[in-house]
Amino acid sequence: MIHMEYYLIISTIMMFVGIYGFVTRRNLLAMLISVELILNSVDINFVVFNRFLFPGQLEGFFFTLFAIGISAAETAVAIAIIINIYRNIRNIEVRNLRKMKW
Amino acid sequence: MEITLELIVFIVLALFIGVSAILAVTTKRILRAATYLLFVLFGTAGIYFQLNYSFLGAVQLLIYAGGITVLYVFSILLTSSEGDKAPDLKGYKLVMGLLATLVGLGVCLWVTLGHDFAPEHFEHGELAVRTIGHALMSSDKFGYVLPFEVISLLLLACIVGGIMIARKR
Repeated sequence: MIHMEYYLIISTIMMFVGIYGFVTRRNLLAMLISVELILNSVDINFVVFNRFLFPGQLEGFFFTLFAIGISAAETAVAIAIIINIYRNIRNIEVRNLRKMKW
Repeated sequence: MEITLELIVFIVLALFIGVSAILAVTTKRILRAATYLLFVLFGTAGIYFQLNYSFLGAVQLLIYAGGITVLYVFSILLTSSEGDKAPDLKGYKLVMGLLATLVGLGVCLWVTLGHDFAPEHFEHGELAVRTIGHALMSSDKFGYVLPFEVISLLLLACIVGGIMIARKR
C-alpha cells in the first residue's frame, strides 16, 4: 500500500515547480501554464485527503470537480485578456506591459 | 516495504509528473512548455485513476487535457512568432527564484512530513457514479446543487466576458 505522504510529496514538488515558473518566466502564457501547475497540485491534495482520511465522504472529490471547472473558466478569460494585449502592443512579454499599470 | 505493482505504477507516474513539470517551466520554447503541461495533466489523471476516482480522471482528461491544452496551443500559435525563444535568465534572478522555491519546498515538506495525520485507511473499490450524481443534485446537508448552479452562472459570465474582452472593436 502506498502511503498518503508520497502523494503529498509529489503535489508539493509540483506546486513549487509552478511557483518557480511563475516568478522566473517573462511570458504571460508561460506564467499561466505555471498557474495551471499550482492549481493541479492543489487538486491532487484535495483528492488524496478525501481518499485516505475521509473515505466515506465526498467533500474533496467535489472540491476538485468544481476547481477543475473554475480553472477552465479562469484560463479562458485569461487567454482572452492576453490575446487582447497582443492585439494592442504586439507582444506578451511582461516587461512591455507598463500601460496596464495606470 | 515490498515492491508491489501499485508501487511501481505510482513511482512511474511520480517520475513522469516531476520530470514533465520541471521541463514545462524550464524549456525555452513555449509550445514545448504547453506539451509538457499536457503530460503533467495526463499524469495527474493517472493518479486519480490509481486512487479509484475514475470519474474525476475522466473529467481531468476531458476538460484539462482536451479543452484547456487546445486553448493554450491555439493562443500560443496566435501570439508567438516562429523561432521565439525565452531569453536566458540573468544569474541574479535565477538564483533568487531557485532560492525562494527551494526554501519554500523545504519548509512545506518539513511541515507536511512532520505532521501527525489521522490514521489513514484506504478503501479499495470504485466510487459509484450514481452516488456522485445523487450528491451533485441533492439539496440535503451533503448535497451540492447550489455550487452546481453557481458554477453554471460562472461559466455563462465567462462566455460573455471572453467575447466582450476578445472581440474586435
